[in-house]
Amino acid sequence: MALQAIAFYLMAAATLASAFAVVSAKNPVHSVLFLIAAFFSSAGLFVLLGAEFLAMLLVVVYVGAVAVLFLFVVMMLDVDFAQLRQGFARYMPLGLLIAGGLAVEMVLVSSTVAINGAARLNDTPAANGHAGAATNAEAIGRLLYTQYVYFFQAAGMVLLVAMIGAIVLTLRHKPGVKRQVMMDQVLRTTKTGMRTVSIKPGEGVSE
Amino acid sequence: MTIGLAQYLAVAAILFTIGVFGIFVNRKNIIVILMSVELILLAVNINLVAFSAYLGNVVGQIFAMFVLTVAAAEAAVGLAILVTFFRNRGDIAVDDASVMKG
Repeated sequence: MALQAIAFYLMAAATLASAFAVVSAKNPVHSVLFLIAAFFSSAGLFVLLGAEFLAMLLVVVYVGAVAVLFLFVVMMLDVDFAQLRQGFARYMPLGLLIAGGLAVEMVLVSSTVAINGAARLNDTPAANGHAGAATNAEAIGRLLYTQYVYFFQAAGMVLLVAMIGAIVLTLRHKPGVKRQVMMDQVLRTTKTGMRTVSIKPGEGVSE
Repeated sequence: MTIGLAQYLAVAAILFTIGVFGIFVNRKNIIVILMSVELILLAVNINLVAFSAYLGNVVGQIFAMFVLTVAAAEAAVGLAILVTFFRNRGDIAVDDASVMKG
């Protein structure tokens, strides 16, 4: 149990520290790298909670795709980031006030819930299914592909629409670039693709 | 000291607050605002998974998966809009983005 506590506090501290570094780093590239660290350590928290599948998903989807996308965009945009940080000190008191109030409220509510409410139903972590027979991934799969299959399909639709939207937004046709025209290639026959010319001696071929 | 639901919920609450704080202090840098939104969604996910673990119900983790899906889609579309905005204007200062204000 002590080992679990040490692991929890380590992961939690790493998550919160890198999350704070995300919002306070001077260079956005450092922000993205700290975001990756935050996702990694919260994946560790998920493993501690017995949600291995989601932890793996977090590493694969977030670290592998979303964070790299962020990094790509940050490095691609040629922006003067020092100028964007103007007003950091000006907004600091308001941000601290609102964030502090929010934190106190949520910690109060959640500790109340944890002590008096829902958690009393079951004190021990039991995410690995009810009888302990199924693994975490198997338990998720059993539920996801039966009861929540329509939601699963809808999630796929959301991703498809987002993909099409991102492509439509960023695709840009430059004029003067030679492109492959499939139609012309398919319609090409030996008659249209080749012609015989009669060349006068000493002149060569000119288009 | 045993680690209970309260500790996980406190971590999630602080993470959420850091996200909100990030939106406030980085008002001009929309990239960091998008990252703060990701942090907020991560806090929500920690809440869902913690409750799922302590109630012995896998549904919370399925919802966390859907949140993850929507967050990924949001990041992709948001960054695409950002790239288009940068192409049109040459910078990403959101303060000046008042074209649609009428």
